[in-house]
Amino acid sequence: MLLVIEAMNKALRRVPAWPLYPLGALPVLWLFWQGVQGGLGVDPAKAIEHRLGLWGLWLLIAGLAVTPLGRFAGLRLIKFRRAIGLLAFFYILTHLLVWLVLDVQIPAQIWADIVKRPYITIGMAAFVMMVPLALTSNNWSLRKLGPVRWRRLHRLTYILVPLGAVHFVMVVKGWQMEPFYYLGIVLVLLVLRLVPTAIPARRRALKS
Amino acid sequence: AGLGAVKSDYSTMEEPNPLEHITSYNNYYEFGTGKDDPARNAHRLTTDGWQVEIAGLVDKPGTWTMDDILKGTTLEERIYRLRCVEGWSMIIPWVGFELSDLLNRVGVQPGAKYVAFETALRPDEMTGVGSRVIDWPYVEGLRLDEAMNPLTILATGLYDETIPNQNGAPIRLVVPWKYGFKSIKSIVRITLTEDEPPTSWNKTLPNEYGFYSNVNPNVDHPRWSQATERRIGGGLRAPRLPTLMFNGYGAQVADLYDGMDLSKYF
Repeated sequence: MLLVIEAMNKALRRVPAWPLYPLGALPVLWLFWQGVQGGLGVDPAKAIEHRLGLWGLWLLIAGLAVTPLGRFAGLRLIKFRRAIGLLAFFYILTHLLVWLVLDVQIPAQIWADIVKRPYITIGMAAFVMMVPLALTSNNWSLRKLGPVRWRRLHRLTYILVPLGAVHFVMVVKGWQMEPFYYLGIVLVLLVLRLVPTAIPARRRALKS
Repeated sequence: AGLGAVKSDYSTMEEPNPLEHITSYNNYYEFGTGKDDPARNAHRLTTDGWQVEIAGLVDKPGTWTMDDILKGTTLEERIYRLRCVEGWSMIIPWVGFELSDLLNRVGVQPGAKYVAFETALRPDEMTGVGSRVIDWPYVEGLRLDEAMNPLTILATGLYDETIPNQNGAPIRLVVPWKYGFKSIKSIVRITLTEDEPPTSWNKTLPNEYGFYSNVNPNVDHPRWSQATERRIGGGLRAPRLPTLMFNGYGAQVADLYDGMDLSKYF
């Protein structure tokens, strides 16, 4: 197991992070293309909206998994985290725009929904928290803020990701399990951050 | 081979959705919660030898085969608007007959005030009932006067052909002035009762889904507005249309609710 992780770390060292941006944008383009072509069924706007929300949540979870994977498995993914986070923002922003433009459509209704519907209020709050994080996900901001303040600001992910998962739990009809699984994964990833660092796997990984 | 359904004055003049829309976008949670799940999974349902038990406060309780039910009825085409509680709508050319026909044949006893319906529960055939999204079997109900209204039909066909499984074969209810979930599918039991029967979505989330569930643009669902709807089939830019009170069937049904506070009895 450790050998595998070592090999992966070695291989990943040679992989640049920048291709994640164009690669991450491809599914969104493909989704809209499918929607125009009729490949998403008879209600393409909803299909795009739901899929972007789900994929955005996957990316948020992936971003949240980077630190625990490093600490407990020794897998070094930190250099990809910025791209993962910015892609998550891009997916959720597109999800929000599809909701505004293709789904709700009526501006007065949009504001009414945001203030009156708790699941939308929560989703919106999570999105608003993502904005400063996306804006400061660059080297200049990191230098300007300094690592301590930057890290403190980016702890907003610990609030906004579970809010995103709760938004999913609240939007479905009846007692569907899928959104609860995601909320569970998010909570596990957060709780892992409270576990002390002195875990054998890490020490071994550090020694090698 | 068409069913030869006769036209009806109750049909809307609006252009029906193509069959492909009606059969590929369904809520039938017994076959999965995705809109495309029923089209994929409902072929497992065996409708041969289907029987409907009619029980409760009726003169002639018993078990009816589909032949018994259809004997002596005239099938009509009813092109109705369908408004889902989720905020989308379609125009559907159902084929069926008035529920009152059947109820009159079994003889409704004076004490009966409600009609309860139950969907088949077949874990071997229904791929979705393994998860408890709601409490199975699916049950629904109407007040007797709602059930006797000429708009209320039992549908056995669609586009003048036998109704596909994902749309509720072999026999389903259609109540066009109520949200779609009231129109229970694949009926195996009809019971005339004195008391208001339990209904599935009301049991699951009573603050979101009432017994009546009349289409009403003025009473929001707690999680979304019901003022407008998206007509299925308009593509990526399908516009929102205003939702009509009683789904546009007020002339036929509004008097059923005279004096009732419809925000309380939602």
